[in-house]
Amino acid sequence: MMGSLALPPTIPFLEWRWDDLLFLILAGGMLAAALFVVIGRDIIRSGVAMIAAFAALAGIYVMLGAVIVAAAQVLVYIGAISVLILFAIMLTQTKSGPGTLVFHRQWWAGVLAAIGVAFLLVVSVMSSDWPGKVGERLWTPISQIALLLFSDPLYVVSVQVVGVLLTAAVVGGVFLAKREESADPAEPQPATLERLRRPVGASMPAGGAAGAEKP
Amino acid sequence: MSHSLEAYLILSAMLFGIGVFGFLARRNAIAMLMSIELMLNSVNLAAVAFGAFTPALQAHAVLIALLVMAVAAAEATVGLSIIVAIYRNRRTPLVDEYASMRD
Repeated sequence: MMGSLALPPTIPFLEWRWDDLLFLILAGGMLAAALFVVIGRDIIRSGVAMIAAFAALAGIYVMLGAVIVAAAQVLVYIGAISVLILFAIMLTQTKSGPGTLVFHRQWWAGVLAAIGVAFLLVVSVMSSDWPGKVGERLWTPISQIALLLFSDPLYVVSVQVVGVLLTAAVVGGVFLAKREESADPAEPQPATLERLRRPVGASMPAGGAAGAEKP
Repeated sequence: MSHSLEAYLILSAMLFGIGVFGFLARRNAIAMLMSIELMLNSVNLAAVAFGAFTPALQAHAVLIALLVMAVAAAEATVGLSIIVAIYRNRRTPLVDEYASMRD
């Protein structure tokens, strides 16, 4: 009995294929997480929901047979971009952030535009004649990708250009986010000031730094 | 359902619509950047789906998706550092309070 763990070809009572169930779970999870990203009130929860949406999308890539895209999705989006966005959220969060208005006052125009764009895309998808079903999705072989990447001159040049772009973006990001030292020399750094004011032997009470700012 | 191209393309269209709404309606600049990331992901999903259902395009779709990811990473880097730099001056991440060029 333990050896026959093979699943039946369809789900017992619904007569669906397992593929379809997996696709529905991943697609529904991704859409729900994406909706939470755009309508969530607390932006740090929006950032966490964005990680969930990226993870579900990586699962969909695996279902489509593009394993290397799924791996790159996990590495680049979940690993790098999400962390970058979470750090930026923490750097720019104000105390009154979640309490204020989340949307613009003209948010209904955004709803109209979004529904219009999605409707147009869905209609054009439904009314076109796409290549039909594939019986069995093929896993994209990595060696084929590598061969194309290093033999087609278009992709060779593209990779070089993207490398230059990434380098320029990182240097530009560091330059933009760098704090200018000589911008306002009259104003000392707050941490240094706090350290100077405190007596040497005094131990810091709990919440003392927060209370000291507003007497 | 999971064996037809239309399902993946419709999913991609819905994700793109969600991203459009977030980009147009949110006040927080970082939420707008997150919506841009969602839209880029939906474009990637469409490209990979086309590749999976057309055997001649399989490797091309994967490469295009990888290039889009690299450009998205560059865009996120520059966009977030611009937001941090603006926040340092204006003390707010809300885009409708960046109104000094309007007057």
